[in-house]
Amino acid sequence: MKMLACKLQLQGALVVSKYSRTRELRDGNSVSQAVVTRENFKTKVPELTVTYVPSPTPSIQTKDLPITTSGKFGRFGGKFVPETLVSCLIQLEAQFRNALHDHVFQEELGLALRDYAGRETPLYEAERLSEYYKRKNNGKGPDIYLKREDLNHSGSHKMNNALAQAMLAKRMGCKSVVTATGSGQHGLATAAACAKLALECTVFMAAKDIERQYSNVRLIKLLGAQVEAVEGGFRDAASEAFRNWVGDLENRYHLSGSAVGPHPCPTMVREFQSVIGKETRMQALEKWGGKPDVLVASVGTGSNALGLFHEFINDTDVRLVGVEAGGLGLDTGKHASTLTTGEVGVYHGAITFLLQDQDGQVVHPYSIAAGMESPGVGPELSFLKESGRAEFFVANDQEAVDAYERLCKLEGIFPSLEAAHAMAILDKLVPTLRNGAKVVVNCSGRGDKDAAIVFNRGIFDKA
Amino acid sequence: MALALKSSCFLQLKKPEGGFQVCFSSKRAIISVKRYTPVAAIRTMESAGLSATFKRLKEQGRVAFIPYITAGDPDLSTTAEALKVLDSCGSDIIELGVPYSDPLADGPVIQAAATRSLEKGTNFNAIISMLKEVVPQLSCPIALFTYYNPILKRGTDRFMSTIRDTGVHGLVVPDVPLEETESLRTEAKKNGIELVLLTTPTTPTDRMKAIVDAAEGFVYLVSSVGVTGARSSISGSVQSLLQDIKKATTKPVAVGFGISKPEHVKQVAGWGADGVIVGSAMVKLLGEAKSPQEGLKELEIFTLSLKEALP
Repeated sequence: MKMLACKLQLQGALVVSKYSRTRELRDGNSVSQAVVTRENFKTKVPELTVTYVPSPTPSIQTKDLPITTSGKFGRFGGKFVPETLVSCLIQLEAQFRNALHDHVFQEELGLALRDYAGRETPLYEAERLSEYYKRKNNGKGPDIYLKREDLNHSGSHKMNNALAQAMLAKRMGCKSVVTATGSGQHGLATAAACAKLALECTVFMAAKDIERQYSNVRLIKLLGAQVEAVEGGFRDAASEAFRNWVGDLENRYHLSGSAVGPHPCPTMVREFQSVIGKETRMQALEKWGGKPDVLVASVGTGSNALGLFHEFINDTDVRLVGVEAGGLGLDTGKHASTLTTGEVGVYHGAITFLLQDQDGQVVHPYSIAAGMESPGVGPELSFLKESGRAEFFVANDQEAVDAYERLCKLEGIFPSLEAAHAMAILDKLVPTLRNGAKVVVNCSGRGDKDAAIVFNRGIFDKA
Repeated sequence: MALALKSSCFLQLKKPEGGFQVCFSSKRAIISVKRYTPVAAIRTMESAGLSATFKRLKEQGRVAFIPYITAGDPDLSTTAEALKVLDSCGSDIIELGVPYSDPLADGPVIQAAATRSLEKGTNFNAIISMLKEVVPQLSCPIALFTYYNPILKRGTDRFMSTIRDTGVHGLVVPDVPLEETESLRTEAKKNGIELVLLTTPTTPTDRMKAIVDAAEGFVYLVSSVGVTGARSSISGSVQSLLQDIKKATTKPVAVGFGISKPEHVKQVAGWGADGVIVGSAMVKLLGEAKSPQEGLKELEIFTLSLKEALP
């Protein structure tokens, strides 16, 4: 029944125009900012099967075809799920592509992102932070800008995707939404979006994450969502959300919070998060009339990194730098540096880099930042790593905490511990950059939720 | 001190060259005979494959009984005993689950069993060496149930030849849908392993046809939407699903997921299934028993009760 309805919808869908905002700049250049949709879309009926695959010049050969029906990025991605889910995911992809090219949906989303989420988020010049690094290097160094995703409603970039997907769920006629969250940021964004759209919401969260991110849990509950505790870590919560979804495919919508999972989830999340990069391009043009030289983002599973990077993938003069969680140090085995130390495997429905043992069992990751604790990473980021288009570094717990405190003291901004990993790599990155280079760091979330962790750590250190 | 003792031991051992050594080697020979001779003897009456088993049962007008247990829960030696018990109680095929850290298709019972098993240190090599010993003592074929990542990690070709060498006949990989099965099918075929494919209530008819075309051994019909685990009743839609599949293929069809009682087994067989698969209910008995012995005893009683309900 549902399939039929979706088919009819697709046939009836004619794309009228793209949704875009045009801005006049001082110098007369106009910059068109598509909020989510692609520009110059001419096809009448949305293509259901074609997946956009980024085309950086690969430094190593990846033998797969460039465009496939299976959501592959090079050899990564795909749809490794139980058969029960396959037709459901095909349907989801159809709905997603349909929505992507439906100007009414795009307009509604654009409006919601502006009036509800508070977009666009500022690109803020962190003068004192830049100064701090310049002082260490004879007054020379890059200009550091922060993409203030922490100012998004609900305090992180997660809202961009949660809001869009919740609207998609509503459009598909689902009654309830099920999701999993690590740090609680995605859970919070989803709970808020569901409250707004009158959807029931269940959030699966690891028991230990509930404990360490309790301030978020409280907010999620206040927003009317149900929080289910799961033994183990974030990956167990994610598996449980999946299972819960499979239990009632008719009425439930699984809202993936990160660019992981089976196709079309990674593409969908990437698409909805790419607003970060699109805004950054426009703001950079406004602020200094050019592009950023370096983009820096933390990588847990990769949604905020991809959101910032994706717009610039074909701009090969823009360096893409991802920062993974080094936990207690790579040599201790207690870390979440999937791209740096992982091997290729199947994680939550897709081929990606994965932390696994010699038997192919998934290993428990660790980080002080709950949102970084994932044993797998998105397939598209895996592809960017393998093709050499993006570079990946590691920042450990202590470096992240130091970066958190530094940003508080120098700029009066609390970054989330996840975002603090991105800030932390500046210590190593900045000395390698030319004077006046423009660095954009994704401040992907606000750090109120981590205040107790950082504060208590400071006390213990002094004691 | 220790050195002195050691050297004296050494001397003692070395001195009675004749008697001791012979005695030792003959003792060894006994052990090795015990371990390997029966194996060789039984090898000659090797069990048939999955499709051959179904063919034989069909001729006899019988429905296959296919129990599932998780390897290494509560431990591998109990698993070995359980395989023998299930075999002697008249199981026609046994599905053996390889424990995995992220069993997405499994409900709480099998999930917990996998976790317990992994915590006990069960790994693939240990399962393989257990199977090497036990499979030759069984009259029914074994199908392994494993998630994809452990196969990928080992290398598909190496994985297939390893399980072939243990005498395993079939393979079920729940997280690889039809589109991604190509390399699995090629390697399975090369090694004479029958790759069972699953079809579900959410699978559209065209897709189901493609699946049953590619399936080997038997077609695994998932009875309900959701994960593995006992349900209070079996959905009536299974009957029409069975009819659809039967129209599309002559291959045998076994129904699984949620089947836990003699009534279910009887009902599903009555709807025309060629086999019934019972998983979580078995796993629960073994996993929650006070002792392995008690678990095995209960497993035996339960298996017989299910078997009795089948034609």
